[in-house]
Amino acid sequence: MRLLTNSSTVRFGIAFLMLGCMATMCLLWFTQKEQKEMDERKMETENLAKEAELFKLRQQLQPHFLFNSLNSISALIGSQPEQARKMIYQLSDFLRGTLKKEEQQLVNLEEELEYLELYLDIEKVRFGHRLSTIINCEENCRQMKLPSLLLQPVVENAIKFGLYDTTDDITIRISATANNNYLEVVVENPFDPETSSPKKGTGFGLSSVQRRLYLLFARNDLLETKSDNNLFITKVKIPQLI
Amino acid sequence: MKALIIDDEPLARSIIKEYLQHFPQIELAQECNDGFEGVKAIHQHQPDIIFLDIQMPKINGFEMLELIDNPPATIFTTAFDEYAIKAFESHAVDYLLKPFSKERFDKAIQKWLGQSATAILKNNTQSLLEAVAQSPAQSQRIVVKTGGKIKIIPVEEIHYLEASDDYVKIHTKEGHFLKNKTMSHFEQLLDANIFTRTHRSYMVNIQQITRMEPYEKESYMVVLKSGAQVPVSKTGYAKLKLVLGL
Repeated sequence: MRLLTNSSTVRFGIAFLMLGCMATMCLLWFTQKEQKEMDERKMETENLAKEAELFKLRQQLQPHFLFNSLNSISALIGSQPEQARKMIYQLSDFLRGTLKKEEQQLVNLEEELEYLELYLDIEKVRFGHRLSTIINCEENCRQMKLPSLLLQPVVENAIKFGLYDTTDDITIRISATANNNYLEVVVENPFDPETSSPKKGTGFGLSSVQRRLYLLFARNDLLETKSDNNLFITKVKIPQLI
Repeated sequence: MKALIIDDEPLARSIIKEYLQHFPQIELAQECNDGFEGVKAIHQHQPDIIFLDIQMPKINGFEMLELIDNPPATIFTTAFDEYAIKAFESHAVDYLLKPFSKERFDKAIQKWLGQSATAILKNNTQSLLEAVAQSPAQSQRIVVKTGGKIKIIPVEEIHYLEASDDYVKIHTKEGHFLKNKTMSHFEQLLDANIFTRTHRSYMVNIQQITRMEPYEKESYMVVLKSGAQVPVSKTGYAKLKLVLGL
């Protein structure tokens, strides 16, 4: 009888211990699940914020460009209505491009260059003979991928820097090459080293490009600028994901 | 009456030209591509009114006006510039936002024709120039006229400034340039961490200083990298000590 009483204490003890173990395990399991859900929610929020920022960065349109283009159209309507109409189509196509929703979408260099031509055609109407461009693209990089609308702000920065830093006619050079697993695009514009320090060139236009590259590739070394005599050179490297 | 159009975009000039045709009393004397041409043309034609773009190559519209002793009546034209628009409004200077209608243009001309007999307009332009000179974009460099040429001096290249009658002498490694401004104008304009007013008539770029020497009683002299010596008053000495952390 004494043995039974004794063993019942032990049995109670064991039962109690097992119950305790189960409770702890349950608690652990639920906490972990909750943690996981919280992490997921956090990641989702971060992704949304990242996407929103990327969209905003891509969509950044210089109000100067828009209003001056509209002013050019207004002037053309009187003298060259056909040209005015053409410019309205070009401007519309350009604006539609900036409004596309699919974020992070990679496009071929060929498509990106077509879009860039649209932008350059508008700028050439505005600035007349002062602006000319040379685009060199190696055949093997035409199908290489890059984030859409990445090059336009780089070229816009080069045009602004070039056109407002000298009173001469300027040529903007854009060249694309394949280098290992990278697509390299180099944009060159003239500037006057006597009156402006090159650091001015890495203005707002380029910092948004830098930020985009960081958000997409988590790297800060994909955009480089340097000056060589009176040339300001911007180089963008885009990793090709195999 | 004579008018000038100063704008770097050919089409922007052509629309003003078109609108001006409705005012036979106004003769378009010249169209200018940039501020350099503008300065020359203003001297040559002495226009009654100019249509002036702000964002232009090398020197902007404001910097161009600063180079002219008696700027003519000015109607500014710009596409977008929050800072400038605020300045226009607070100084009652007329401006046209591109693209602008013929009606809006006519209104600006009528307003000018109504006011042109008075000097108010010119005073407004002067105070406007004072105001925009303080804008962040303009405090990086100083535009001066030297002989027949226009020189752009980045502020970091200034060694020191010296008051000289109604002018301020800007000393650089290429010699000195005169600007029709006051010392207090520059004191407001330039970064106080780099330029210190060491004396009633002197302001020095502290990055150019090599040493400081006593000079007469209670006053000092700083010697610059170029070898130039700049006087330091008693109050100037206290300021300098503070900036240099001595």
